[in-house]
Amino acid sequence: MSETEFEGIVESPWSGGASPFAINSKKLGMWLFIISDSLTFSALLISYAYVRLETPNWPRPFEIWPAIAKSSFMTFVLLSSSLTMVLGVNSAFKGDRKKTVRYLIATIICGIAFVLIHATEWVTLFGEGVTPWGNPWGVPLFGGTFFGLTGLHMIHVTIGVVYLAIIAWGFGKGKYTAEHVEVSGLYWHFVDLVWMFIFPMVYLLSVNPK
Amino acid sequence: MSAHGHAELTHEHSVGTTRLFSIVWVWLLLLTALEVFLAYERLEVHLMITILVGLSLIKAALIMSYFMHLRFERLGLFLLLVPAMVFCICMMLIMFFPDSIRLMDLRPH
Repeated sequence: MSETEFEGIVESPWSGGASPFAINSKKLGMWLFIISDSLTFSALLISYAYVRLETPNWPRPFEIWPAIAKSSFMTFVLLSSSLTMVLGVNSAFKGDRKKTVRYLIATIICGIAFVLIHATEWVTLFGEGVTPWGNPWGVPLFGGTFFGLTGLHMIHVTIGVVYLAIIAWGFGKGKYTAEHVEVSGLYWHFVDLVWMFIFPMVYLLSVNPK
Repeated sequence: MSAHGHAELTHEHSVGTTRLFSIVWVWLLLLTALEVFLAYERLEVHLMITILVGLSLIKAALIMSYFMHLRFERLGLFLLLVPAMVFCICMMLIMFFPDSIRLMDLRPH
């Protein structure tokens, strides 16, 4: 075997001599987690969609004010947090630590705002007698799917806020690299992406048309 | 696709400008506004859910390709991740849930 041939084999993406996707293993791991997590949400959303379409008397409790206005604002907050996150990743790769931490803190504030607004929404619904196991309209599956989907998403946002806080702290101290910021960004964008499905399917399919 | 050297690994990241990401953000907001508008057009629920999921898929594609940088990664990564996910979702959509709904309809009314 000539030397050039040997080098060719080592550099081939499949021989283990090179990184086949040209990304670090943390990022590949996060992508694989995101794909598996997306299937969890897909299963919930698809089962919700079937239940929603199969139930003719599905309740439509969401008025423009406060529910739809609030949830639209929450969508805006989450989308904006994605923008600050992606700008944070960009400045992390440019080596601007101060700016990155500032963008990450903006993202964290948006995440906290999202959870707080959503919590007031839940409290309002509990006040109206809507719980995960029953509601005044006699369709218990409404509460089950609503709180199941939004609750699982809220847990993801909360974990994301903690994750970003740790990354912001570590990156500011110089403990973490720009890759860490990018991988946490992937998680945050995924949380945003899931809300892009939950918002129309859970809220907009149950608007009160009056 | 050819094998890139490791040197490129570090330089492939500063893709996308503030302007590009802001444009994507504006598009996502516009699509959301369209969804909210459509929610008040008294459409039949099957049609409505199709339109809403369609618009959401466009938004998801925008987020994945620009915010999550998938557009700037190698094609191999996309081929590893997305077809498998789409396949699994189609399996759920086509195989499992229609059966469970059929069982619901078999309940004594």
